Amino acid sequence: MRLYDIAMVCRSKNAGPFQLTIDLMFEREEDYLRVLQAENFQPRTIAALYQVPPECVRIKPFARILTLKVVLPRNASSGSLQDTDVYGSQQHFPLGDLDFPPPPAPA
Amino acid sequence: MKREIRYLSLCGLLGYGYAPASLTNALQEDLDFIGVDAGSTDPGPYYLGSGNNFVKPLQVKRDLSLALKPALERKIPLIIGSAGGSGAAPHLEQTLDILRQIAAEQSLSFRVAIIRSDLDREILHRAVAENRLQPCGGAPPFDPALIPQLCHPVAQFGTEPIIAALQMQPDVVLSGRCCDTAVFAAYPILHGFPAGLALHAAKIAECGALCARPVGANDSLLVRLRHDSFTIEPPNPSRRCTPDSVAAHSLYEQPDPNCFFEPEGEIDLRQCQFQQSSARAVTVSGSVLHPAVRPTTKLEGAVLRGYRSISIAGLHDPAAIANLAEIEQGVREAVQESASFVREGEYTLRFLRYGLDAVCGRCTAPAAPLPAEVGLVLEAVAPSQEQADALVSLARSKALHQGFTGRKATAGNLAFPFSPSDFQGGPVYEFALYHLLDLPLICKPELLEIK
Repeated sequence: MRLYDIAMVCRSKNAGPFQLTIDLMFEREEDYLRVLQAENFQPRTIAALYQVPPECVRIKPFARILTLKVVLPRNASSGSLQDTDVYGSQQHFPLGDLDFPPPPAPA
Repeated sequence: MKREIRYLSLCGLLGYGYAPASLTNALQEDLDFIGVDAGSTDPGPYYLGSGNNFVKPLQVKRDLSLALKPALERKIPLIIGSAGGSGAAPHLEQTLDILRQIAAEQSLSFRVAIIRSDLDREILHRAVAENRLQPCGGAPPFDPALIPQLCHPVAQFGTEPIIAALQMQPDVVLSGRCCDTAVFAAYPILHGFPAGLALHAAKIAECGALCARPVGANDSLLVRLRHDSFTIEPPNPSRRCTPDSVAAHSLYEQPDPNCFFEPEGEIDLRQCQFQQSSARAVTVSGSVLHPAVRPTTKLEGAVLRGYRSISIAGLHDPAAIANLAEIEQGVREAVQESASFVREGEYTLRFLRYGLDAVCGRCTAPAAPLPAEVGLVLEAVAPSQEQADALVSLARSKALHQGFTGRKATAGNLAFPFSPSDFQGGPVYEFALYHLLDLPLICKPELLEIK
């Protein structure tokens, strides 16, 4: 199951001209925890998807509203010659394609 | 001492608009001031670099013309932050012009306290020499060789200059580049309210009704700030705030939902409580400021990188879509061969392939099967507009007729929706200065009469 389909909100935006922030909001706590604890949801795996250094990727859980925030550097600063998304609002992919096993069926 | 301060944030960004009834409803309250933030780096470096406002003058005029008169009648200040979007001298001048037009049309006279944020290059030389400049928000280290090339470098001030401006008792405060929070936190801090609460309330208020449901950057937000808490409520009865909508807003465009940084220090939100205090209002408490040990000011500046020209076309032919890489390669070689008017390495040519990989870049796996149609934006950036125009024209004509493996549609590869097919994008800038300065900056507001 894609992360995009598990999350209730899956969005990206600039956090200044040199960083992106991706917010993943979940409806159910089990989904929030499932993603937070997943083997493929780690700074190193996310860094590989976006081709950025892993030490620059941070994951910030915000349990109060079942949200995971990912902050990562932009490969090109906003509006620079190599940029393709000035506001950074369509950069929640490829993260949204991250695949998770379906939740275990209720016993 | 005041027990409560009430203020209105007109809208999320000056020029984005607001419901006139939101203003009328809010004016039923005993407001202490009206504020509106105009600044953003979101639209990219062009606006700072060029001196143009990202919001159009007619939009700004509409938003200010409704609010100015009631503010003057009630003798409450109207505070405008980051005038013209980027807050450098030309942006400030544009907003001042709009205020003059409104004054003439509505027969108003008032006093404006002006805060200039333009940065003296001498400060930058000194900062580099004394190692007082640190990258902010993931920026690369500053290249001192760019100091002479910076277009409109500005300092993004905190509350201090606005407090100084308010002490001059003006009718309007027109600030150059400043922190969004400074617009709304200066007045409460001046009147002795806790800075942590004032800055947190300001952080929410600066986006207008973006923290409400339905969300609305294009609507107003009313704030009632006390010494132990603040309450936010959209004055538009069709919107409401909930604890979750307000808590969720602390995520927006922020690297950390638990704290944020302002020149005044770190605002710690970990102990925050959000309570539904009436049907549409939320009360927040527990936000604390940890004052900065060494106050810093963020600096912004852009440099010119060339001039842009683009051509827009679409493809439907499946063989052309399947062989776009080959077409691109052929076009690049042909352009390089013919473009004797510009040196190789001094221009860039981009093929933005919408439908394939223009948005998320070529690192993502190609869509399989291929889409039925692909949009193509051909872009040239060169040292002059004339060169960029010629490059894109060359590339466009080559791309139209370029041969490739399995070509059946030998009359042309591209569908142009427009004649002319090419467009000038003008100067292209890049953020080069986005750094924190830990040298003190002096900023004295000036008072100006508009009659």
